[in-house]
Amino acid sequence: MNFRSIFGLVGQFILLLSVQVLLLKNLALFGVAFCFIYLLAILLLPISIRTIPLMIIAFFMGLSVDIFYETIGMHAAAATLLAFLRNFWLKTVSPSGGYDEGSIPSIRSQSMSWFITYSFPLFFAFSMLLFSVDFWGTGNWLNVLNKSFFSSIFTLILAIIVQLLFFPRRRVI
Amino acid sequence: MLRILQFLYNLRAFILFVVLEAIAIWLIVSNNSPQGAAFFNSSSRLVGSVLETQSSITDFFNLDDANKILQEENATLMERLDITYTHPDSTYIEMDSAFEATFEVRGARVISNSLRFAQNHVTLNKGSKDGLKPGMGIFNQEGVVGRVKSVSENFAVGISLLNTDLLVSSKIKSSDVFGSVKWMGDDAKKAKLLYVPRHVIAQAGDSVITSGFNAVFPEGIPIGIITEVSPSTDNPNYLNIDLELTTDFSSVGYVYLVENTQISELDSLYSQSELPNEF
Repeated sequence: MNFRSIFGLVGQFILLLSVQVLLLKNLALFGVAFCFIYLLAILLLPISIRTIPLMIIAFFMGLSVDIFYETIGMHAAAATLLAFLRNFWLKTVSPSGGYDEGSIPSIRSQSMSWFITYSFPLFFAFSMLLFSVDFWGTGNWLNVLNKSFFSSIFTLILAIIVQLLFFPRRRVI
Repeated sequence: MLRILQFLYNLRAFILFVVLEAIAIWLIVSNNSPQGAAFFNSSSRLVGSVLETQSSITDFFNLDDANKILQEENATLMERLDITYTHPDSTYIEMDSAFEATFEVRGARVISNSLRFAQNHVTLNKGSKDGLKPGMGIFNQEGVVGRVKSVSENFAVGISLLNTDLLVSSKIKSSDVFGSVKWMGDDAKKAKLLYVPRHVIAQAGDSVITSGFNAVFPEGIPIGIITEVSPSTDNPNYLNIDLELTTDFSSVGYVYLVENTQISELDSLYSQSELPNEF
């Protein structure tokens, strides 16, 4: 982790955050599928990062999205859950032989099918918490499940597209 | 003792998780009351200016429609002015308080709006500097939009009618029966009229307007049109009335804000007679 890669990560954070609040805020396919592409920034942090700094980053990232979404605390709570689960889930889905030193959990460094198993449950956990809080008290659980499922799929598809388009193929040394 | 500390140290990630979630829940709860002032929301200066720039770009594409709507509205208003205008003559009548203007109207532009969640909000480009106050009603030429929740110097945040927390006092136009309109959290075009007793005869196609009872909106602003009337399933004393909202929330651009200038007098009267004033 050198200065340049930190700089790149911060840029990636700000870019994804502005795409989220400026372009994707009012986007909902068929009224049920939302996109939370800013989570990709949390998912793509290096594998070696510890849970505690990860959760703090995710909390403040969620909070900044919240300010634009008028939903103070909701994205923060859900993003913290995602960050908390991420490292456990990474351990569970580790490929035989483990991860390379200092690699990031992306499609380029692993594989497409691995990335889907890695990210889909995390997106789903995030959306479940977010929509449960949003629909708290209305008792409309079917709607919560519906929105969570389709939002996770939509977010996953966009996350794959973003990686295929904008992340350079890793050079073989 | 050392082992307890070691145990806690091993659990540090989980403890931090619980602490962060607790903070988040506290933020949600303390911001959730429809009337309460919020700490940080899109009425803050930085966020507000970002949203304003964004909406000034997107609004450019709607200018044509906005102009057309304004022109139509101007035409109807001029027509009405022509009817009521009489030439001044020599008599002078002292107006009493019954004729005093109770409602003051201001205009604003919506710079951020959501309609897909269960708690939706609108952000406006005017703030306390322009005389906006929490509690003012928001509407446009189509119907009721919401209520102002909190204001900063330059911006204001309102809860949209598409918010499960907001009840608007309203009545059926043809029969003057009153009830409360509430959005049920699913479809941005549909709402329900609650607390209408069973004996009332209501029909699909009747329009529902604000009642003027809650002192937020003047009487007669449209809210919706009844689409279906059926007996309520959970409370046999009331009817289950479905509305189609007249406001198209996906294209709310310019709105009017209305303030009741006599609300403080009304409030003190309520508190004197120990009645709760339900907004």
